Amino acid sequence: MTEQKIRVLVAKPGLDGHDRGAKTVASILRDRGMEVIYTGLHQTPEMIAEAATQEDVDVVGLSILSGAHMELFPRVRAELVKRGMGHVLLVGGGIIPNDDMKKLEADGFAKLFGPGTRTDDIGVYIETEMKKRRAHSA
Amino acid sequence: MSEVRDLAARFRAGHKAALARAISWAENGDPSYPEFLRSVYASVGRAWRTGITGPPGAGKSTLVNELAKNLRARDRTVGILAVDPSSPISGGALLGDRIRMEERTSDAGVYIRSMASRGGHGGLSRASSDACDVIDAFGIDEVLLETVGVGQAEYDVVSATDTVVVVLCPGAGDGIQAMKAGILEVADVLVVNKVDLPGSDRLLMDLEESAHIRHAGTGRWIPPVVGCSAGKSQGIDEVLAAMDSHRDHLRATGLAAVRAAKRVAQVQRVLHERLAVQLWGAGGQGERVRALLEAGRTPYDVVDELAEHFTSALRSRA
Repeated sequence: MTEQKIRVLVAKPGLDGHDRGAKTVASILRDRGMEVIYTGLHQTPEMIAEAATQEDVDVVGLSILSGAHMELFPRVRAELVKRGMGHVLLVGGGIIPNDDMKKLEADGFAKLFGPGTRTDDIGVYIETEMKKRRAHSA
Repeated sequence: MSEVRDLAARFRAGHKAALARAISWAENGDPSYPEFLRSVYASVGRAWRTGITGPPGAGKSTLVNELAKNLRARDRTVGILAVDPSSPISGGALLGDRIRMEERTSDAGVYIRSMASRGGHGGLSRASSDACDVIDAFGIDEVLLETVGVGQAEYDVVSATDTVVVVLCPGAGDGIQAMKAGILEVADVLVVNKVDLPGSDRLLMDLEESAHIRHAGTGRWIPPVVGCSAGKSQGIDEVLAAMDSHRDHLRATGLAAVRAAKRVAQVQRVLHERLAVQLWGAGGQGERVRALLEAGRTPYDVVDELAEHFTSALRSRA
């Protein structure tokens, strides 16, 4: 009787008060059948990694519009690894230049979604990745 | 099965990630969970479990956050389970209770877990009791189990916890009236939150009156009625004092018997679920039932026939 849901933490690191995008993505993932934990604004990398650990999520999605992604995203990644959560599917989105996306994707982020991304693409990407991972570990 | 041993070892060493994974196993019905529980079950039974229930918007999460803060000030470690509804359409869920508990996130003495109800109709998810057990076995002192926003008939919290706190707020009018015959009857502590809003005096009085009318002369526990304003951190110690008085009462009158009865209820529920899945899921029941109904049989006749079929199948297996 196993029913394994995809659990996702949607978080906004740093001093960025705009969460329309994060909430939209959270709702869309919920409507695709995922369990989405939303932690609110102004989260430190430590808080995000700690919440991800306590919630045993499969996916962490970071949203940022402040421009501080190159500072904050790697710190979230480091805090996750520190807690033994390096295995989570780590994704991010926001106003992030292409070069930065490439750097982050070379540094532990699975995928970054820039402006103009179709929300369905995010859901499909997560589902596809999780299916691969679960087939691999089964 | 070394995976179980490995998890149990990390669990005993106090790693929250191991605690979190054990709860996931329970939630997912993972085949490793029963063995895991067996390996830590000797440590279950030391935590005190308090259920926080009430209608949507009464302020349950805010109160839980405040209770956790005050319990931490008393040097008690706290595990919070916050259940939110799963969508009946997509099966997904948006779990937002952590937002009101974020001050607790970085406290090493607190563990917070959001749970989706996953089809549970009693205000909890199927695995909520398991999650309480796991948190208890981890060595945490106090479990606060917050149900989904409830209406009238969500009683699972009673068998999952030791003390049931029902949180109400003024201005819900007829909603409260309707609840008088329901969840109010299982409350061990009644809390009127947002007590600074108009109408709270009346609500406090109504609750006092009905609690006394219901229990006077029965020798049963009369739930204390307490007002607070969780959003302003006011009256929280009074709520805790009321919870403590119920705890003392249970300890004085036979906690072991009460807990044993609740365990029986849990076993009954799990058995019920397993049989339902096995019997109904044994294949083709839906088709069979549809055919019988189309042949003009009443639903009761169909149930009789299915029950007869199941019991004879069980008998032949025995």
